[in-house]
Amino acid sequence: MSLLEIKNLSVEFGSQDNPFRAVQDVNLSINRGEIVGIVGESGSGKSVTMLALMGLIEAPGRVTADQLVFDGQDLMTMSPAAKRHLVGKDVAMIFQDALTSLNPAYTVGFQLMETLRLHMGLSKSEAQKRALELLELVEIPAAKSRLSAYPHQLSGGMSQRVMIAMAIACNPKLLIADEPTTALDVTVQAQIMDLLVSLQKSQDMALILITHDLAVIAEVAHRVAVMYAGEIVETSPVPEIFYRPHHPYTQALLASIPEHSKGAERLATLPGVVPGQYDRPIGCLLSPRCPYANEKCRNEHPKLTQTHGSFVRCFTPLDEAGRPIV
Amino acid sequence: MTTPVQSANTAVAPEMAAASYSYPSPLAEFWASFRANRGASAALVFMAFMVIAALFAPWLAPHDPIEQHRDILLLSPAWTAQGQWSFLLGTDELGRDILSRLMHGARVSMTIGLVSVVLSLLPGIVLGLVSAFYPKAVGTAIMRAMDIMMALPSLLLAVAIVAVLGPGLTNTMIAIAVVSLPSYVRLTRASAMSELGRDYVIAARLAGAGKLRLMFNTVLPNCMAPVIVQATLGFSSAILDAAALGFLGLGAQPPLPEWGTMLASARDYIESAWWVVTMPGITILFNVVALNLMGDGLRDALDPKLKKLA
Amino acid sequence: MFNFILRRIAVVIPTFLGITVLAFALIHMIPGDPVLVMVGERRLDPEFYRQAMQRLGLDQPLYMQYLHYLQKLVSGNLGESLVTHEPVMAEFLKLFPATVELSICAMLFAAVTGLAAGIVAANRRGTAVDHVVMGSALTGYSMPIFWWGLVLIMLFSVHLGWTPVSGRIDLEFDIPAVTGFMLIDTLLSGEEGAFASALSHLILPAIVLGTIPMAVIARMTRSSMLEVLREDYIRTARAKGLSPVRVVVVHALRNALVPVVTVIGLQVGTLLAGAVLTETIFSWPGIGKWLIDSISRRDYPVVQGGILLVATLIILVNLLVDILYGVINPRIRHAR
Repeated sequence: MSLLEIKNLSVEFGSQDNPFRAVQDVNLSINRGEIVGIVGESGSGKSVTMLALMGLIEAPGRVTADQLVFDGQDLMTMSPAAKRHLVGKDVAMIFQDALTSLNPAYTVGFQLMETLRLHMGLSKSEAQKRALELLELVEIPAAKSRLSAYPHQLSGGMSQRVMIAMAIACNPKLLIADEPTTALDVTVQAQIMDLLVSLQKSQDMALILITHDLAVIAEVAHRVAVMYAGEIVETSPVPEIFYRPHHPYTQALLASIPEHSKGAERLATLPGVVPGQYDRPIGCLLSPRCPYANEKCRNEHPKLTQTHGSFVRCFTPLDEAGRPIV
Repeated sequence: MTTPVQSANTAVAPEMAAASYSYPSPLAEFWASFRANRGASAALVFMAFMVIAALFAPWLAPHDPIEQHRDILLLSPAWTAQGQWSFLLGTDELGRDILSRLMHGARVSMTIGLVSVVLSLLPGIVLGLVSAFYPKAVGTAIMRAMDIMMALPSLLLAVAIVAVLGPGLTNTMIAIAVVSLPSYVRLTRASAMSELGRDYVIAARLAGAGKLRLMFNTVLPNCMAPVIVQATLGFSSAILDAAALGFLGLGAQPPLPEWGTMLASARDYIESAWWVVTMPGITILFNVVALNLMGDGLRDALDPKLKKLA
Repeated sequence: MFNFILRRIAVVIPTFLGITVLAFALIHMIPGDPVLVMVGERRLDPEFYRQAMQRLGLDQPLYMQYLHYLQKLVSGNLGESLVTHEPVMAEFLKLFPATVELSICAMLFAAVTGLAAGIVAANRRGTAVDHVVMGSALTGYSMPIFWWGLVLIMLFSVHLGWTPVSGRIDLEFDIPAVTGFMLIDTLLSGEEGAFASALSHLILPAIVLGTIPMAVIARMTRSSMLEVLREDYIRTARAKGLSPVRVVVVHALRNALVPVVTVIGLQVGTLLAGAVLTETIFSWPGIGKWLIDSISRRDYPVVQGGILLVATLIILVNLLVDILYGVINPRIRHAR
């Protein structure tokens, strides 16, 4: 049985009669100890999906799902109090901007120990001991003195390490990392990524990695889900997706990597922009931008279907040569 | 749901294309934004009525404000059992018509507000600009002086000034003008300083604009938004402070129908004649609320960036 | 931390000197001859006049007079009342506790209700609760408190008979002044019913005086809270699985309080100005009423000394707020 099973998860914002669907019918399952990447451009619903899973969508937003099961427990029917017992303990999340994600009014030690005391019921001295271990685990130098430091005294990379320490404090079964390296310097990015992967192995947790960076996916992920305009358009095992994308959007994403365009004058781009609230196409959401779109694509909405070990939301998935199969 | 929206879009589109060449004037834009604020619009209508009442009090008021109807002392308002319709809000302890006094009081309060705002606004702007343009010795000296004035709460400083100058309407206006000076100086200075670094000011400088021209033609118009808002709020606090001074017996002197002065003499009747106490107070409260609402509305309409500071 | 406090104190000193100049100038701006004002107009004997000039130091150049004034200030000498012939400082110290007691109670009322209303309004943004809170705050903020006091007296004292109209305590009690705070002194005296009497005298003035600060605090708390609730670290706190109450109280409130504390500090000036009006309405024997009475008695040394003391007090409280601000907000403390 998989660790996380999401069936038809949707998230709506705005008023009841004029809603905006930020996430639509997302299906995703994660196995224990697996690293799954989620890629897609800004606003494609990657983060919102994960915030919905964590129960962090605020009042005007509405979350619906046919199934949202984590570790055998149904998150949709669970009481808020029971859910809070799970969130932060068995499922933890780290965010893009670590500097603003730490509370400026409290020391690193306080923020770390808060989680430990809440979820593990540790005493103050036990929590302090464990907090120190955690800081050493995330390779923070002079860990002891950092416990009494305030967030504004830390660098971006250091803050992200603290965030990671907080997230893994209670040995979570699933860690969600929402663009954990985007706000960092390039040299620090690699260090943080290495740290995350080594922790994933040593702590034996599943890791969902939200990112723009396909290179990172290629290096660390086992599987990848590609999102476009609130929908998953393709899920594939990692080596395959790079040499055989099934969805035209995935193809376009890969083509936009500089390394893929060696010798080309310009980077490949898809014309047009992601549809917004008022210009959502009736058919396939990519149809206005897709070079292969036909009449059917424009009028019918494709479902996620299995092809060669991948799931693709396309009427004319691509073949090995990158041409649509008609 | 998408269909009506889309059709609405297509209907609007040709007009938009035509209109895109003529942007709405800043005034029209401001007005539309102000109108959208219901509280501020209602306040504006209320203040319009007050201004009319103040301007035309001698003709609109049913009675002379200081005429004493000796036979009907402390007459209760018209809707009560003993009331008379010719004295809508009743009479005070000397038999004077309260409504007429309130209407004439509006003249007094509006005059105090207007005069004291102008008296502090103009020097405030000048001092603020000067301290922004000469930030070293002169600017520091001005700001230090303002800090000292700010150390005392405005009403207390006004009381001190009136204590020295003696009570009365003119001295009330002077005192209020003096105490509200620092807020205009600081505001003008702060916004002028931030404008001074902008490219258009540097451009004007390079084009050879003189100091005075830079101050008043280039920089000042761009600092006016917060100053206008402050002037509106200053108007309301002028009315409030003047009424407080009047209440303490340090402001306008009887028989002048000033709202605060009316309350001072009404204190003895809290057990017998509630209307003598209630009417002037409600009038002050409504005016101040309306002016504050207008100030908030002006701020939101003039400068959306300031909105969240409310 | 120590350096931070020293820096703050250094900034305050010139302001304080300026206030002394202002207070010094006050007495010299009174229209008319100062000797006649100070001594009274009965004896116009030239010899006496000359002696009075000398005694008051008015025959010396202005800057010497100011230096003498400063010198006397340093030794705590603020002159004597023309009416009671008591030292101004002694009168101030006698009346000061009454004003402090009233102000503290008013501020407690304002802070508790204002903070609660602001927090609730921010967490229920856009609902009827929010509109009611913000409407009341606008009304409170615009309130002519001298009238508000009369209305409350009319309602609670005259019509309902719940509270007394004026003073600090019923006349039947004779409470020895130990601390000067009536609430404490009545408890110390052990007289039955005295504390209840003091409390019932205090409640209306405290509400009246606290009304404007309450409105300001409520508005400030709401907007500051709304801002903080949007922050990333609030999302982090929720992602930790903390209860909504803990997220608001521990993680949001601490940060939202930073600007609110400043505002509370700035309200001390509003309180002392309001005390002038409130004490006059409720015949509360504090420094506000003392100042106003002295003005009407033309007791200029009291006015001068009183204004100076009040201004000094406000400067000190603002200094305290600045330091407190550094304690809550570690970023300020480490700056520069």
